[in-house]
Amino acid sequence: MSSSPSQRKKYKVIGTRPIRHDGADKVTGRAIYGADVRLNGTVFGRILRSPHAHAKIKAIDTSAAEKLPGVMAVTTAADFPNLKDKIANLGEGSVNLAHLSANVLAHGKALYKGHAVAAVAATSSHVADEALKLIKVDYEPLPAVTDVVQAMRDDAPLLHDDVYTNSMGKKSDKPSNVATHIHFETGRVDDAFAKADVVVQREFKTASVHQGYIEPHVATALWNEDGHLTVWTSTQGSFTARQQTAELLQIPVSQVTVVPCEIGGGFGGKIAVYLEPVAAMLSRKCGRPVKMVMNRDEVFEGTGPTPGSAMRVKLAATKDGKLVAGEAWLAYDAGAFPGGMIGPGCMCVFSCYEIPNARVDGYDVLDNKPKTQAYRAPGATQAAFACECVIDELAEKLNIDPLELRLQNAVKEGSRRVDGPTYPRIGFVETLQAAKASDHWKTPLEDPHRGRGIASGYWFNIGLKSSATASVNADGTVSLIEGSTDIGGTRASIAMQLAETLGITAEAVHPRVADTDHVGYTDVTGGSRVTFATGLAAHQVGLDIQRQMADRAAILWDCDVAKVECADGTYRANGKSMTFAELAAKLPHTGGPVVGRATVSPEGSTNGFGTHIVDVEVDPDTAKVTILRYTAIQDVGTAIHPSYVEGQMQGGAVQGIGWALNEEYFFDDSGRMQNASYLDYRMPTALDVPMIDTIIVEVPNPDHPYGVRGVGETPIVAPPAAIANAIYRATGVRMRELPMSPPKLWAAMARKPQGTTHK
Amino acid sequence: MAKKTHVAATVNGQPVEFLCEARQSLLEVLRDVLQLTGAKEGCNNGNCGACTVLLDGLPVDSCLVLGVEVDGARITTIEGVAHDAQLHPIQQCFLEDAALQCGICTPGFIMTAKALLDRNPNPSEHEIRFQLSGNLCRCTGYDKIVRAVQDSAKRMATGGTATTTAARANGSPATAAAARAK
Repeated sequence: MSSSPSQRKKYKVIGTRPIRHDGADKVTGRAIYGADVRLNGTVFGRILRSPHAHAKIKAIDTSAAEKLPGVMAVTTAADFPNLKDKIANLGEGSVNLAHLSANVLAHGKALYKGHAVAAVAATSSHVADEALKLIKVDYEPLPAVTDVVQAMRDDAPLLHDDVYTNSMGKKSDKPSNVATHIHFETGRVDDAFAKADVVVQREFKTASVHQGYIEPHVATALWNEDGHLTVWTSTQGSFTARQQTAELLQIPVSQVTVVPCEIGGGFGGKIAVYLEPVAAMLSRKCGRPVKMVMNRDEVFEGTGPTPGSAMRVKLAATKDGKLVAGEAWLAYDAGAFPGGMIGPGCMCVFSCYEIPNARVDGYDVLDNKPKTQAYRAPGATQAAFACECVIDELAEKLNIDPLELRLQNAVKEGSRRVDGPTYPRIGFVETLQAAKASDHWKTPLEDPHRGRGIASGYWFNIGLKSSATASVNADGTVSLIEGSTDIGGTRASIAMQLAETLGITAEAVHPRVADTDHVGYTDVTGGSRVTFATGLAAHQVGLDIQRQMADRAAILWDCDVAKVECADGTYRANGKSMTFAELAAKLPHTGGPVVGRATVSPEGSTNGFGTHIVDVEVDPDTAKVTILRYTAIQDVGTAIHPSYVEGQMQGGAVQGIGWALNEEYFFDDSGRMQNASYLDYRMPTALDVPMIDTIIVEVPNPDHPYGVRGVGETPIVAPPAAIANAIYRATGVRMRELPMSPPKLWAAMARKPQGTTHK
Repeated sequence: MAKKTHVAATVNGQPVEFLCEARQSLLEVLRDVLQLTGAKEGCNNGNCGACTVLLDGLPVDSCLVLGVEVDGARITTIEGVAHDAQLHPIQQCFLEDAALQCGICTPGFIMTAKALLDRNPNPSEHEIRFQLSGNLCRCTGYDKIVRAVQDSAKRMATGGTATTTAARANGSPATAAAARAK
């Protein structure tokens, strides 16, 4: 379990563990997720997907499918507006609408196996599936490429003839799979490397992995005869889903209502739209609500993965352990369309350390995989795997404890990140100190085939836009309306901040997540922003209500409002006092209802740092890695609801364990994914992991009234490197490729010269 | 020839009859015919366990059972776990221990846990992990789910008085009684 959050004495609600407001619905099966929506008259849509990883689509003949009894509508890209290149800002990242449209339904070319080509709506999903088999697509298969380094070669199959390399604003002469080249540089890098006492340079590779949310993508659309489109969907951001759907259909956003259902996991993969515009088009064609649900293989092959990568990281230090220079070369695949996760990868690779001279080059590389999407600290985990393994090797060469080397070079307030920003008050050093003081770190691990590893990780955590309103009820409770879809208990964490502000209990706040017509604009549930930014909005709603309640108290007591004081939910003036609930009951006689409102748009990042410790045992015969003990330590600013903070840390750690040890996309020679099922993709089960211990460090964020930093993404960053470092101490083998699955680790162990020492 | 088969079964203690196509799974029948959408489809091939229900007391992936197979069977779904306006101790412990985040896998986990605890009231951590290994959760890392099942076992053994892991960590009265009182 976690350490005791220090804020408990300071706050009445924050730091406690109330039962989440949507809890009963979610343990009784009553909560309505996207697939549980069923409107009267609904028909069911299915998508035909390309069997080729790369192919020209010469013709599509849907006539036989249209004639099948029960088929209501058929659509292809030909039905959609032809969009010119236009960049739409989606809050956390932006998207080229022409590319988004071509991803939703292929325009002339299939760019990955699983790329949507056509869609059918029918009276049942079985009939729709039969109709898909009647659609004739004339493909001209093309050579495919699914490896990021091969895709960068001049002779690689070219995905797009209109994508040129943008290298620091300069456009390449000819089309290329390298869509973007990023470069950061600070100090005198080459000189510093030349003068350094110790230099370590290593190359790394990581496989494509999927976010793995258990709920497949789903959407139900009703395009009404008055031209209004309503979409019920499972999305991280109802407003960004509305924007994308409206843009792809070229209708005003006000003509689209997105109703966010309960969402069964997202992790970054449910921001881009896939089904929503297609269901809408089918609905317009047949005049019925159209519901579409992906199968699991469609989720693997048609959505999501986060980039595979090839990386080279070089670090140099003085002999007493001061880092003096760093260089990173990072190539991430973007998948079928530009705009992968290379930007944050470049910004995060050295984000934990003070490195006075550093250079980072990053490449966004097209290849024949689904368009990559964000996945929990997108781009950071790959980069940290490379950097944190090199740090570990550097520590070994310097004969310095790896934790001490990190402490010695850790960023702190005033340190400058290689891409420019200077950190405000952050808590990285505190996570390292907590690791050092932990029972886990202090307990010896001596057994053969066992080893302990440590690694750190960083994620920005963003702010962005949130809106909220709340109305005071006569019984002293407050109904809160917010726009952030609740993926992991944020109704509770937001409501608790409103409760704290008003001096009432968490249970006295009734939070509701509203659709796009019932709440102000709110950005995605992503970037670890919701408890921070929507929580900030809830706090401001509370202040707004408090001002109005003070006005009402002044009316009741016939005094100047300046005389009314409010503390802990009690209003006082001239020796009289009333609780929030007593005052709430009197509102009808003092001017009517009280409604609070707030919109916020905090800028910059709140900076989350974590340090993870792991003990592994490696079976010398099979190379199977068993996680024996795991401790995740993180500065979360302030833990609003510690149970859900721990849950984020534990869940992120286990996703990182899966990424480290098993998960990967296998492709055949023609670029087709070979393991598009949970069984073959192999995410961790309950049996694969131990309890995940957490140590919550609280260095309050100075830019939030309650010190919140956000928590969700940082915990996935450190695990692969921590585990690689542990495997080294268990086996003497340095693994530089993810996943470190038994076949790869076994081969590496077999190559290791006998008798090598490594402790 | 009729395309649908008549099936009679007991679902959550109530006799039900339905017509079912040969290709419809029990999961489809529950969700689309009987409007019991608590069982979730995560993979439709028996890998994820989100559709777990109890078939004559045993946990099954309802996506791997055909609707026509359940004639005469006794089926319990997540909708049939709470009784008398009270959550089942497993449901209550899942809430107190924060054993869910997005919640999509939760009905399946609760059904599997119920089948386990009905058979073995005092399972070890390994037994719990083994029994739950057919249910995938991508949010929690399983820690709090395993603790919730351990706490459920204690609560069921003591008739509802044991406090949960979370309540102990909090030092606050988040017991079943306090939760019900709100």
